[in-house]
Amino acid sequence: MSTEPRSPPSQFAARLRHALGGRAGWNGFVLQIVFVAALVWIGYEIVANARANLEAQRITSGFGFLNNTAGFDVSQNLIPYSGSDTYTRVFLVGLLNTLLVSIIGIFFATVIGFLVALGRLSPNWLLSRISGGYVELIRNLPLLFQILFWYLAVLAALPNPRQSISLFGSFFLSNRGLVIPRPIGNPGFEPFAFALLIAMVAAILLWRYARRQHFQSGRVITVWPYALGLLAGLPLVSVLIFGTPVSFEVPVLKGFNFAGGSRVIPEFVALTLALSTYTAAFIAEIVRAGILSVHKGQMEAGSSLGLHRGAVLRLIVIPQALRVILPPLTNQYLNLTKNSSLAVAIGYPDLVSVFAGTTLSQTGQAIEIIGITMGVYLLISLVTSAIMSFYGWRIGRSMGG
Amino acid sequence: MKRVSLVFTLAFAAAFSTQAASAQTLKTVKDRGMLSCGVSQGLPGFSSPDDKGNWTGLDVDVCRAMAAVIFNDPTKVKFVPLSAKDRFTALQSGEIDVLSRNTTWTLSRDTSLGANFTGVTYYDGQGFLVKKSLKVNSALELNSASVCVQTGTTTEQNLADYFKSNNMKYEVIAFGTADETVKAYESGRCDVFTSDVSQLYAERLKLANPADHAVLPEVISKEPLGPMVRHGDDQWFDLVKWTLFAMIDAEELGITQKNVDDMAKSDKPELKRVFGTDGNLGESLGVTKDWVARIVKAVGNYGESFDRNVGAGSKLGIARGLNQLWNKGGIQYAPPIR
Repeated sequence: MSTEPRSPPSQFAARLRHALGGRAGWNGFVLQIVFVAALVWIGYEIVANARANLEAQRITSGFGFLNNTAGFDVSQNLIPYSGSDTYTRVFLVGLLNTLLVSIIGIFFATVIGFLVALGRLSPNWLLSRISGGYVELIRNLPLLFQILFWYLAVLAALPNPRQSISLFGSFFLSNRGLVIPRPIGNPGFEPFAFALLIAMVAAILLWRYARRQHFQSGRVITVWPYALGLLAGLPLVSVLIFGTPVSFEVPVLKGFNFAGGSRVIPEFVALTLALSTYTAAFIAEIVRAGILSVHKGQMEAGSSLGLHRGAVLRLIVIPQALRVILPPLTNQYLNLTKNSSLAVAIGYPDLVSVFAGTTLSQTGQAIEIIGITMGVYLLISLVTSAIMSFYGWRIGRSMGG
Repeated sequence: MKRVSLVFTLAFAAAFSTQAASAQTLKTVKDRGMLSCGVSQGLPGFSSPDDKGNWTGLDVDVCRAMAAVIFNDPTKVKFVPLSAKDRFTALQSGEIDVLSRNTTWTLSRDTSLGANFTGVTYYDGQGFLVKKSLKVNSALELNSASVCVQTGTTTEQNLADYFKSNNMKYEVIAFGTADETVKAYESGRCDVFTSDVSQLYAERLKLANPADHAVLPEVISKEPLGPMVRHGDDQWFDLVKWTLFAMIDAEELGITQKNVDDMAKSDKPELKRVFGTDGNLGESLGVTKDWVARIVKAVGNYGESFDRNVGAGSKLGIARGLNQLWNKGGIQYAPPIR
């Protein structure tokens, strides 16, 4: 019986790489070029074949439809839009609606998630039980059910516009949404905005100066009274010189609905509420896990330095926990964005509803439209991931890790 | 995610098949032993399942008639419920053999979808349903109203056209399915529900208190509804087309479910051609000689099917109107079987 000496795994890996074409020199290079060329050729053949087949069946293909007139209206558009615009415009309107609900949803989900996590870790018995109950209830119910609940059970129970709940005679809440006065810029608006901008920049510089002083000499400068004075004072001066920056157009009931003012549609509110509360339940667990992953000794060390509980959490625990939290948190952000496509169930005009829905059925160009839609979601997800990675990299760098 | 899977089927077929879609639908259907028929997700009168899961309706009868012609058995149909926006992809991808789903015949659909309309089963038009308590008597009083509509229909564009040409403002809220649309209308999110008039009558039945809602008199569009088949199979196109024509011709000739056996024995040359006792018209369609008799035995003539599903004999109680035969004041007209 002969025993061969066992080769270390690294050699196996090297051999595998060699076998797969990772050869040095021209040999490997040429092989890789051929491989890429073959892939490109196959891709081209698939597209060309598909075009020919669709042509043969007289199914219109290509992207020419994007320049055709859409001819339908959309209930919420962040950019000016009417039925006489093109499908490209519809696409942009839908995309912006998706981004709006995603960004606002991500913001609220993060805030609620962090609060619930801290609540669950709190020594207060009632608070921690309520937070725990929230997580278990919300994350175990289907999201679509929750969206429909907010939309059909909560918001639809509001009175009709003629009996709407009025606040100061200028805010109106009804089953058509929340109507608020719309600000209209006066001539004094630009100086006002400029003054506010200067005040903000000055306040930030002041704060950074104070921090540097704190680190270098230990001298503590109280910044906030100065910052507040700047932020309130400069715009006030502008108002005194140039007049009020904005006036408000107050909505009035006219016919079936309110005319004038700005409106937040109930579909948007229901979707944002459902998405942020649902995702918050998952984020809460991620944050809790992240905080628990920081060793107890860190907290004790912080306390022994004389820091109070809030400072320990803010300066020592959270920065370390963030490194654990960030990757799964990114997943939740991506999930929220993708889940926003359930919008069509309650008539919120997101990308899937107006583009992969109405536009698709009006033009019949399913392959192109689904392709574009998938590409857009992929792009949104990749950008979100990239931003989160960058943030994670910065945290890692600032911690010297 | 049905839509996405349908699109993948279509994309895959287009990308990898080496020739145009098979032109042998009739053979495929016979081999399968079942007709695959695309219908609505539940529209009373046109296509909806009853409490035992049996599909009934005017659109359903067209498919049952086809199954009767092909298999001599009107039950050999697999009904595939489709939302408005999935329907064309389902037809293109080959998931269904025929789309019989209250679909409006328009030029762009006829030319760009790779499919053909085979005829008109129901002449419809778009209307408005409102709560009576709003005291609205005309669609022209709807300025500033909120309107609920089902997405993926011709309705959305007609609506935009109508309000624009009458210089009225409105807010549109578009939902994925008819059920969601009606629910939002009922909850008070909208003042108005708009759709084809026949559908308004059908959906009104589902409301908690149908008598509180009224269909406004204006009909703002032409909506000829009919079945669709894929391009590239003329034999199948002919068969679907003539199944409907046979139902209409049967009514004109007075052939009913009751008297079909007696009529089949008639000596009239016209009836002999129809029943295949003279000539081989059925065989030239690729089916048996007694094809018309099979249709009438299975679902009755057009008038019988209409009455049973949407007309006087049904809960909907819609008048024949435009759908009356051409010689009785309507516009339903079929080419002769000869």
